[in-house]
Amino acid sequence: MAFIPHTPADVEAMLAAIGVASIEELFDEIPATLRVKSLAGVPDELNEMEIGRLMTERARTDGHPSCFIGAGAYEHHIPAAVWAITTRGEFYSAYTPYQAEASQGTLQVIYEYQTMIASLTGLQVSNASVYDGASAVAEASLMAVRANRKSKSQRILVPTTVHPHYRKVAVATAGNQGLRFEEVPYSPDEGVTPLAALSKYENEDVTALVIQQPNFFGRLEDVDALTDWAHARGVLVIAVVNPTSLALLKPPGQWGAKGADIAVGEGQPLGVPLSSGGPYFGFMTTRLEYVRQMPGRIVGRTVDLNGREGFSLTLQAREQHIRRAKATSNICTNQGLLVTAATIYMSLMGPQGLERTAAASHARTRELVTGIARLKGVRPAFQGPCFHETVMLFDRPVAPVLKALASRGILGGLDLAEHYPELGPALLVCATETKTPADIEAYTTALGEVMQSVRAA
Amino acid sequence: MSKVPADLKYTKTHEWLRTLPDGSIEIGITDHAQHALGDLVFVEVPEAGRAVKAGEPCAVVESVKAASDVYAPVTGEVTAGNPRLASEPEAVNTDAYGGGWLMRVRPTPGGATAALMSPAEYEKLQQEEGD
Amino acid sequence: MRTREKVIFEHSHPGRGAADQWPHDPGSAAIADIPQKLRRTQRPLLPEVGELEAVRHFTRLSQLNFSIDTHFYPLGSCTMKYNPKACNQYAMLPEFLARHPLGPESHGQGFLACMHELQEMLKEVTGMQAVALSPMAGAHGEFAGVAMIRAFHRSRGDLARNEIIVPEAAHGTNPATATMCGCVVREIPVDAAGDVDLAALEAAVGPNTAGIMLTNPSTLGVFERRIEQVARIVHAAGGLLYYDGANLNAILGKVRPGDMGFDVIHMNLHKTFSTPHGGGGPGAGAVGVSARLEPFLPIPIVGREGERYRWLAERDRPQSIGRLSAFMGNAGVLLRAYIYMRMLGREGMSRVGEYATLNANYLLALLKERGFDAAYPSRRASHEFIITLKKQARDLEVTAMDFAKRLLDYGFHAPTTYFPLLVPECLLIEPTETEGKDTLDAFVAAMSQIQTEAEQEPERVTSAPHTMPVRRLDDVRAAKQLDLTWKPTAQS
Repeated sequence: MAFIPHTPADVEAMLAAIGVASIEELFDEIPATLRVKSLAGVPDELNEMEIGRLMTERARTDGHPSCFIGAGAYEHHIPAAVWAITTRGEFYSAYTPYQAEASQGTLQVIYEYQTMIASLTGLQVSNASVYDGASAVAEASLMAVRANRKSKSQRILVPTTVHPHYRKVAVATAGNQGLRFEEVPYSPDEGVTPLAALSKYENEDVTALVIQQPNFFGRLEDVDALTDWAHARGVLVIAVVNPTSLALLKPPGQWGAKGADIAVGEGQPLGVPLSSGGPYFGFMTTRLEYVRQMPGRIVGRTVDLNGREGFSLTLQAREQHIRRAKATSNICTNQGLLVTAATIYMSLMGPQGLERTAAASHARTRELVTGIARLKGVRPAFQGPCFHETVMLFDRPVAPVLKALASRGILGGLDLAEHYPELGPALLVCATETKTPADIEAYTTALGEVMQSVRAA
Repeated sequence: MSKVPADLKYTKTHEWLRTLPDGSIEIGITDHAQHALGDLVFVEVPEAGRAVKAGEPCAVVESVKAASDVYAPVTGEVTAGNPRLASEPEAVNTDAYGGGWLMRVRPTPGGATAALMSPAEYEKLQQEEGD
Repeated sequence: MRTREKVIFEHSHPGRGAADQWPHDPGSAAIADIPQKLRRTQRPLLPEVGELEAVRHFTRLSQLNFSIDTHFYPLGSCTMKYNPKACNQYAMLPEFLARHPLGPESHGQGFLACMHELQEMLKEVTGMQAVALSPMAGAHGEFAGVAMIRAFHRSRGDLARNEIIVPEAAHGTNPATATMCGCVVREIPVDAAGDVDLAALEAAVGPNTAGIMLTNPSTLGVFERRIEQVARIVHAAGGLLYYDGANLNAILGKVRPGDMGFDVIHMNLHKTFSTPHGGGGPGAGAVGVSARLEPFLPIPIVGREGERYRWLAERDRPQSIGRLSAFMGNAGVLLRAYIYMRMLGREGMSRVGEYATLNANYLLALLKERGFDAAYPSRRASHEFIITLKKQARDLEVTAMDFAKRLLDYGFHAPTTYFPLLVPECLLIEPTETEGKDTLDAFVAAMSQIQTEAEQEPERVTSAPHTMPVRRLDDVRAAKQLDLTWKPTAQS
């Protein structure tokens, strides 16, 4: 029996100890009318050899194309040690560290993680992570409503340059509690949020402003000016950042005169494989004064009965298992395993390795852009600096171009037709440090050939 | 049995009230309440100037095992939150009726008041709740 | 066990690093286009350690943990069963790991086939009409479920229904979820035998009832016997029934929530379908619904057209409650659940419920025989049960927490303590089907031994654990003198 160790003799002895004649009898409190008649839709069992064969075939079907899509999930080198250690049974098959004495490993990893993420974002405190980058934006918005006591409007300004899925998740998650998300348009020439776009909110009650850096287009926003604008009006700032970029870019804690109030983002670039979108993890940091408004688990260092240092979950009174209906969130989990991977990744990269990863990714994207911008019918969409991702405009529809590239084993980027139709045919494209000059050359050449076969609009 | 000073008034949600000479009301949580919560690790009190309404949450007391709202027993304006509690939340445990006061409120004339209990009535409530 | 391991920053030396892992330096010209005023001026506090140092540090940390792979972990309501190694290995095939979430369907038919079949299998074992996989944890699935209930009522113009009824023993996420969905919570009592108080339920339902959230078997470790009446009462009042799948392991292959009358359920794939808990996540909280709620399922969902699989999103699902994750939830976890379900197969599914129940009832019988008090002695255990140490706390001043901590010294992870709140000094014990008789016998022997210690040398128990990396920790200090990040200056 798969994963059940009982011998017939065991079962017999156990039934005798209970005082029943059969396992069936143990279900005698369940009304007979409710009992399952058949599970015909579930196939027969496969042994490990058979499932291995099946999965290998399925994986092969998906292939291993050369990927130039970013849009919130980035292919980076992952050291072999990261997942070799993360999947050790002691991390992989442990529960939430409620019994601190039996979970010091997990707890210390989280403490180290909190330290690294807090420093990376330039803020004082971090939680143990939330589900992903999108849900982190939703949770940060709810948190801002709790933290900004002067504002009564529950109104959150979200530039259109914030990841479109993040905006949708925020509405789906926090809309039920009455939060209103209002879009702030971008400058069509520059692809960033101009201060002028905020002027209509000059004298209105706004709870928080979300700023993504780099934004969805890969463009760098004027974070200092936006942050100062918000703070001058009692509006909290929620920074949405790419952790790799923070090796090079100014951390949210230093934006403007006072720094952002909450920083969140998708942790995936830190050692987590693309794997169809998850599991990833969302990080969240804030100022010390807002720590009690932060959702999710937090680990603290303390001492034991003998005065020796140790780690435990702290500030639990905010959480659902104690506060119930008044909890800061219903969240129970953090993405523990992913945080473990990220902590090992950040330790192996160190400040220098992360900086090189960021710089090399940026360099590859610039090379790619230079290459494809030479092609007739392709040009950059916006003026001004980017980080490791950018938008290219085409003189013909992007979908057939991408399809033709995919048939050659190249995923050429993300078609922006669905989310930003106003741009016309537009492609969001990204290269990371994993791409070689030969990969970029192959992409440029293939695109040039494919452009011949797709007619200009 | 927890202490129930004879010169105070009480609520069924375990707040105590003391009328100060200037007519304002000092508010805290009872010895029974602090005992039930255990060691307090954080107390959040309202700032001076904030308007509070009888029966609505106006402060939070937090221990490692529970966080509880404190309900305003009267409608009025906060004249002071106890500044000491920011660094010494344990004052509520050690001196619930003195140094552990939470806030002072100037009642709005004619404003609402929660149902108040005498010391004897509050003692009875404690017994019922199994002190 | 190992004792303490230094914080990684204490291993750090400026200039050291796992340089082999780094890309070549592209030179400062490569980033010259990024304006100075947008740049970072001070390096972040990340450790500077060699690869072996990092490997050794994190391997040592792993050794400070209890886990299923190393210890029996009878944590009630958490279903800590064996996480098969094959599930991990085959979910981590290179092609699956490299697949971009926004990659074209042409390069995802293998993955999408697994997801579609997973949806179908989950429908079959729960008796629901449709399934969505994107919620990323049990609480996230709960959120999706209650949001769908609200959307359903709203779509009918029934705007007053904002009350969610929960039994008083409910898991804390239930009321927290209701709040997140903009609902208010009404708690109703359970009777002495652990069943919902039907009279109280009758009194609670009305034109404001959005629905009821129930776990069955309940958090009290017993099957809610009058579930059909509960369903009738709630449906008659216009409300919907929400099934919290926390305890689905107990009834897998034996009873289906859909057949009990539930309209919407979430499943904790990290419990029932054995994906790893990972020290607190990732989970996966797939949701299933009856036909009338199908339009509201969160997106994306995997659809099938002939031999091709494709994503169903905004365009196909205009009434959806929307997206709950940036992409499609915890895809890698879903693959693990898929592999597990295929390995169990049809017959293996029913064996889960059967042997989980056998193990729980056996353990309960043995503990009762050794003098421990069951909270619901007249009832069968489901896949878990509660014992109460009220007597020990009163007579010996040894609490449930003390027993829990002392069990660690005996090499057993503690059961769930002090949940449900309804039962004083309780231990909620869930052995799961993957543990053998020998392990259960050893656990009972340890419990007996601790009982003897509690009678003869109680300090040994009340001061436990003695053999773990740390003794009991000062939680008051942790919450008062917040030390949430390591600081270089604070160190000697």
